[in-house]
Amino acid sequence: MVSRTVEIWVGVFVALGIAALFMLAMQASNLSTLSRADGYIITAGFENVGGLKERSPVTVSGVRVGRVEKIDYDYDTFEAVVSLRIDSDHQGFPEDTAASIYTSGLLGEQYVALEPGGSLTNLVEGDRVQLTQSALVMEQVIGQFLYSAAAENTATESFTAAGPGEE
Amino acid sequence: MLDALQGLGRATLTFFERLGRGHLLLAQILMKLPGLLLRPGLVIAQLYSVGVLTLVITLVSGMFVGMVLGLQGYNTLVDFGAEESLGVVVALSLVRELGPVVAALLFAGRAGSALTAEIGLMKATEQLSGMEMMAVDPVERVLAPRFLAAFLSMPLLAALFSAVGIYGGYLVGVGLLGVDDGAFWGQMQSAVDLNDDIYNGVIKSIVFGFVAGWIALFEGYDAIPTAEGVSRATTRTVVHTALAVLGLDFVLTALMFGD
Repeated sequence: MVSRTVEIWVGVFVALGIAALFMLAMQASNLSTLSRADGYIITAGFENVGGLKERSPVTVSGVRVGRVEKIDYDYDTFEAVVSLRIDSDHQGFPEDTAASIYTSGLLGEQYVALEPGGSLTNLVEGDRVQLTQSALVMEQVIGQFLYSAAAENTATESFTAAGPGEE
Repeated sequence: MLDALQGLGRATLTFFERLGRGHLLLAQILMKLPGLLLRPGLVIAQLYSVGVLTLVITLVSGMFVGMVLGLQGYNTLVDFGAEESLGVVVALSLVRELGPVVAALLFAGRAGSALTAEIGLMKATEQLSGMEMMAVDPVERVLAPRFLAAFLSMPLLAALFSAVGIYGGYLVGVGLLGVDDGAFWGQMQSAVDLNDDIYNGVIKSIVFGFVAGWIALFEGYDAIPTAEGVSRATTRTVVHTALAVLGLDFVLTALMFGD
């Protein structure tokens, strides 16, 4: 029949395997920081969400307080509506909290940053954040920069052209 | 012309016959599985030869794969100043792909070939017929415990492979190349999802264990009972398992991470 050594080794093997699964679950994944089911949902409308994705982080002062639950398009306001699931241990953001979409680093992922306002009433489940700032789209930024640089150039040119005439 | 057609027809029929026999054997094995609850000793003995003896090669390979991932990932990421993401790269590639797939390939080479050779030799030396003569069902006594052992040990081996690999990547990245310790684990934890990544990896390894066990047992059971037949069956086990695992991996990846 099965010898004692064999049984012990099988026990070691199974224990190791389960320990590895446990280690993967606890150490490598966001299980410890993620409480999926609980928390409450607030929404925010953005003109442009850029590269924001579902499950992108929601932060306040750089601290992760929730995740993007889903991203929809609202045909009444012609805006993207982002549902944010805030963890239940982060309650009490003022009603006039602002939401912006930022990029972490130059090429990093995009996230929603909340900036608490001063109101005394708090955001609760289903509320909508009124103050939002869209994601920066690189092409637009570069376009604006080029435009303003060109405008500045013509302004200085006309100034120098007008300058000597006055003297 | 007719000969060529006949050859094609025969090849097709043989293929489908083998496929059919394979599925019938699988059905038989699955039906015998509940009976194993009465005799767990059989499964434990097989868990030892299928799982425990595959442990060393899995752990060593996992360690080296993780270390290589750490080195290569670092060299690429450092150009973008994103070497803190090394933990994400190592963990995601191991948990999603390399863990289940490479562990399954190693499993086919180490355990699958041994299963096929063992059963093929049992058949060649008429031990299986002898069992039937004694009214012992060889499927229940020989095949079912081995199948269950393969099915159970594959997810554990894949998890061990991934865990050791992540640790290998940590050793190289943090210990050797100086990636920040906290960023390595922190970024990994924020990017790796329990459901999307780890559970899907476990599901993959369960599917691979099922397929690897099935192919190995069928090839052994269906081997031509000669020395040459057993050697061919063993080769086929490794080749077919590798192909099946890689093909299934693509299908599973498309299903899991496709959208």
